[in-house]
Amino acid sequence: MTETCSSEPRPVRTTCPYCGVGCGVLAAPDGTLRGDPEHPANRGRLCSKGTALGETLDQPGRLLHPEVAGQRASWDAALDAVAEGFRRALAQHGPQGVALYVSGQLLTEDYYAANKLAKGFLGTGNIDSNSRLCMASAVAGHRRAFGEDLVPGVYEDLELADLVVLVGSNLAWCHPVLFQRLQAAKASRPGMRLVVIDPRRTATCEGADLHLPIAPGADVALFNTLLRHLHARGFRSTAPGLDAALTAAAGETGLDPALLATFLDWFAQTPRTVTLFSQGTNQSSAGADKANAIINCHLLSGRIGRPGAGPFSVTGQPNAMGGREVGALANMLAGHLDWDRPAEVTALRAFWRAPSLATGPGPTAVELFRAAGEGRIGALWVMATNPAVSLPDSEAVRAAMARVPCLVASDCTRDSDTVALARIRLPALGWGEKDGTVTNSERVISRQRPFRRWPGEARPDWWIVAQVAARLGWAEAFAWDGPAAIFREHAAVTALARPAPRAFDLSGLAGLDDAAYAGMAPIRWPVPRQGEAGGRLAPAARFVPTPFRPPAHATDAAFPLRLNTGRLRDQWHSMTRTGLVPRLMAHHPEPTASLHPEDAAGLQPGGLVRVESRWGSAVLRLKLEAGQARGSLFIPMHWTDRFAPAARVNAAVNPAVDPVSGQPELKHTPVRVVPAPMAWHGFLLARRRLAPEIADWAALLPAEGGIWRHELAGTDRPAEAFARLRSLVAEPGAAWVVLEDAAIGLHRAALLREGRLLAALFLGREPELPPRDWLPGLFGQTAIGLEARRSLLAGVPADGPPPSPTICVCHGVSAASILGCGGGDVAAVGAATGAGTGCGSCKPEIAALLARMPVPA
Amino acid sequence: MRILVVGAGPAGTRCALRLAESLPAARVTLAGAEAALPYDRVALSKLLTGEAEVAGLITHPLAALRGAGIAYRPATPIAAIDRAAGAAVTARGEALRYDRLVLATGSAAIRLNLPGAALPGVVAYRTLEDVQAIRRAAIQGARAVVIGGGLLGLEAAVGLAARGMKVTVVHAVGWPMERQLDATAGELLTRRLGLRGIAFAMPASTVAIEGATRATGVRLSDGSLVPASLVVMAVGIRPQVTLAEAAGLAIGRGIQVDDAMRTSDPAITAIGECAEHRGRCIGLVAPALEQAEIAARAIAGEAVAWAPRADAAALKVSGTAVWSAGDIAAANAESIVLRDEAAESYRRLLLRDDRLIGAVLYGDTADAGFYLDLIASGRALGGRRQLLAFGPAHWREAA
Repeated sequence: MTETCSSEPRPVRTTCPYCGVGCGVLAAPDGTLRGDPEHPANRGRLCSKGTALGETLDQPGRLLHPEVAGQRASWDAALDAVAEGFRRALAQHGPQGVALYVSGQLLTEDYYAANKLAKGFLGTGNIDSNSRLCMASAVAGHRRAFGEDLVPGVYEDLELADLVVLVGSNLAWCHPVLFQRLQAAKASRPGMRLVVIDPRRTATCEGADLHLPIAPGADVALFNTLLRHLHARGFRSTAPGLDAALTAAAGETGLDPALLATFLDWFAQTPRTVTLFSQGTNQSSAGADKANAIINCHLLSGRIGRPGAGPFSVTGQPNAMGGREVGALANMLAGHLDWDRPAEVTALRAFWRAPSLATGPGPTAVELFRAAGEGRIGALWVMATNPAVSLPDSEAVRAAMARVPCLVASDCTRDSDTVALARIRLPALGWGEKDGTVTNSERVISRQRPFRRWPGEARPDWWIVAQVAARLGWAEAFAWDGPAAIFREHAAVTALARPAPRAFDLSGLAGLDDAAYAGMAPIRWPVPRQGEAGGRLAPAARFVPTPFRPPAHATDAAFPLRLNTGRLRDQWHSMTRTGLVPRLMAHHPEPTASLHPEDAAGLQPGGLVRVESRWGSAVLRLKLEAGQARGSLFIPMHWTDRFAPAARVNAAVNPAVDPVSGQPELKHTPVRVVPAPMAWHGFLLARRRLAPEIADWAALLPAEGGIWRHELAGTDRPAEAFARLRSLVAEPGAAWVVLEDAAIGLHRAALLREGRLLAALFLGREPELPPRDWLPGLFGQTAIGLEARRSLLAGVPADGPPPSPTICVCHGVSAASILGCGGGDVAAVGAATGAGTGCGSCKPEIAALLARMPVPA
Repeated sequence: MRILVVGAGPAGTRCALRLAESLPAARVTLAGAEAALPYDRVALSKLLTGEAEVAGLITHPLAALRGAGIAYRPATPIAAIDRAAGAAVTARGEALRYDRLVLATGSAAIRLNLPGAALPGVVAYRTLEDVQAIRRAAIQGARAVVIGGGLLGLEAAVGLAARGMKVTVVHAVGWPMERQLDATAGELLTRRLGLRGIAFAMPASTVAIEGATRATGVRLSDGSLVPASLVVMAVGIRPQVTLAEAAGLAIGRGIQVDDAMRTSDPAITAIGECAEHRGRCIGLVAPALEQAEIAARAIAGEAVAWAPRADAAALKVSGTAVWSAGDIAAANAESIVLRDEAAESYRRLLLRDDRLIGAVLYGDTADAGFYLDLIASGRALGGRRQLLAFGPAHWREAA
């Protein structure tokens, strides 16, 4: 199945394509994947998503050939069409009328090529990355405090710290391997403390010493308060700006005073403190201020650049850092060079031989798509990302893309909502095929190496960029023979205009030959000279005053609840990869809106609700969670048109952005929640994927054995929907077994041929339907008899335990098995059932389950 | 004590056996109108198809009856009862004295009073003799009509088809066995019997039997003619009450009895199809045998009462089990239907006020007892309604 490119039988060392932890992965010639024990980020560990990578390699729905206007085209024809589209847009609008929207999934070399094309030759600052949604506030915070985008600390600091403060980070789910390293350190040093600052009680809170359920958007208030507290306790600093920072309006945290006091005290008295922050701080209209408020506290207490101490931004994407390093964001130039320093601009212009180098920053993502919506963009090239789903106010984003005359998408998948909109579709390589480098959250550059053949006519992103550049007349500047050449050029850019107040320096790597690049081991920057490697950084810094500002849009009587969006343990972004792995989908099969039980008056638990804002709406299943703060609701952002068209939450998310970073406020939108009345709820299991349009509401997910599960609801009459859905899967020669209780709207059917199950359909008036986790397994059986057919329709296995949700996806262990095994703690459960002993990502949930279990009298 | 049981069908025979057991000092006489030994009437269809011969139908050989202390009198039709004298008078004029009399005279096949009904080639389907007559008249390849699509009619049709006849069933209702089956089950049965070559004229009624010297066909009310050299009438049964009526016992449709199966004369008990209990006559073996047991215990001096259970009919037609119970034609009832095409099985459960009031099982009747209990008990289904159709295992699982 998996083909290796190497003739050697040794496994290929590569890097995981998911989050910014950047774990090393060993890809064996037989196609099996495991954590790389030698990689400094993970030392062999992988999370649930990484563990399942091998199951995502043979993706259906790959884009394998170029397409123009819906027709398959040759590469020449497609590239000509892109060049023509950009030429025409340049002629009509000038450099401001062309744009690239790129992604943290790109390799550094691809990123570099795209940035060079945009800023150097198209002459535009109109290149932004989906890192804008993820990291831009941290970048802005770093640049304001340190004069440069740099993360001072290293992962080891999390293990050396005596106090780890997680702010706006569900580390257990979003960066599981880092969380495991933290947990292991805490287990070996019980004195170590963990504080979680999050409006929600997340899985990360299990095992934390203190959870501060802060008011949404109040992080600045908390750290302003902390700064004053530290100052009052005698901490002093000579860095500039302290007075202004101390007098900035503090704001209210919404915290219980005793909890707040405990936190202030712990922070003040613990020299080895790491404050780790992520999307919960970044995705805010005050995101940059949140980052600076955190950094201010570390500056005043002197806890930066030392073992076990520092502010620590962790990235969401595998190569968000690489994109920052090459400068592929609208407000950066290249290689940490800065428009504000004219010598650097001049040096780059000369180095690139790019006379029309962009003269200043372009609009950030939300503004860029607004410009497209106003008809000011004639050509837009989207690379390896899905803005139709991921940007806020996503209906407006879709409309904007529809207005662009030349919309180009280069991607490895054909099944993305954005690719579907594009006029020109270019097949790009995916993970396991690409060749280049990525940088993780601790500045470690690792190689992503190929171990599979290029499928169809797919090509590297850098090659596609170079081909378009050549057609626009810039062949010489893009004449690379491979990623090593690009990497050397990128490294050389970091050496320009030296000496300079920049830590980012890859000069020592600019001379790597192809073989050295091929064999490059993970290395942390800065690398000013060959043979050196970076460590902790203690940059000169300044305090940035961060007067508290509330979120951009306040709740009111019409929209009384705060919508927070985020991630699930086993999903990645818009699910194009993880959404294909049944065991990853099993953990959270449907898009949900989580609400505190006391906020759910008039709403049916498990029923569908419509979440409405001034910008749009989404329909999701209501989940009541006591861990959810009153007055707010949480919705995962993963679902797309392909999986659940009605549940795309970003349609409802407000487009407000941080004035400094341009990062959207994805975690705070005033909304209301109203019932979405349905005449029936149901599910259909079939041997193929049916279109989500088969019902008013649909959420699709793959199940084991190639089976597709369709969770459905509709407003038509149940009996009619039942007949319609049955006709969709009916086959000649197959026989039905049908249960109907029309008076209560109950309709169930299974279709079989020669003892093999072909489809199962359940409909009822209420959202409560029998568990279906066990049904896909029946599709593999070859002799389903009368009793088994009845059990199937009854929704209950004739023997064995009642179906129970899966908690441990690695070992397929259900909640019931965990509760029934007799183990009293996570370790005992692991010994008894294996749960939590694979990737370990589910350990917090096991702990939570055990905590809820009644103690035997 | 002299006990005379009139009628050697299943009820009479069972009652005689129980009396002989429980009252060893009594002299028990069992008088049967038919010449045969007590036989299994339900199995008559096997005699017709040839799956069984007469000897195989006999349920109680003479030696067994004698061994039990019963004086068996075959071919002894009773002509009259002299209640004042305490005697039953046989057709031959013999007086059989009794202290206690049990009437188990059963029922007789109804013969439609149609033009041509008396022609040779027109037969009933009720007794051993009837079946033997049909067997004699059945000719391979010839055509037969069965009038009546109830259980007996279908059994006759299947038997004749097994003997190579081309059979048409004429039935007044749109589907066969409408008292036991709903329309869907009736359709399934019609289709299944169709595969065996049995044709149906439904709904249709017979207006005449054609033929000069013997039956040649059946004329239907729409004017059409169904040719047939053999016409079997299976249009129902009527309780045999002539004897009791002449003796002055209280009669309704049947011989009226109390809960101890006593007639209006305390010395006389009536059981089985000839008896009418609280306005209802039974038509099935199982309750008839229960009545026999109750009557025997009452005569032995026990204070017992027969309580009818919900009507339930467990039948086998052409190898397909069908069962029904309770009210299967209820208006305003809700229905749960479970149908399995591959297994040719079907069930309809009728509900009212969250209670099971009727059930039809077709193909697979293993869960009959479970549904009968639910109908009889009138228990509320509660939250388990969704599992009702799947039988007792799933039901108990959910308890």
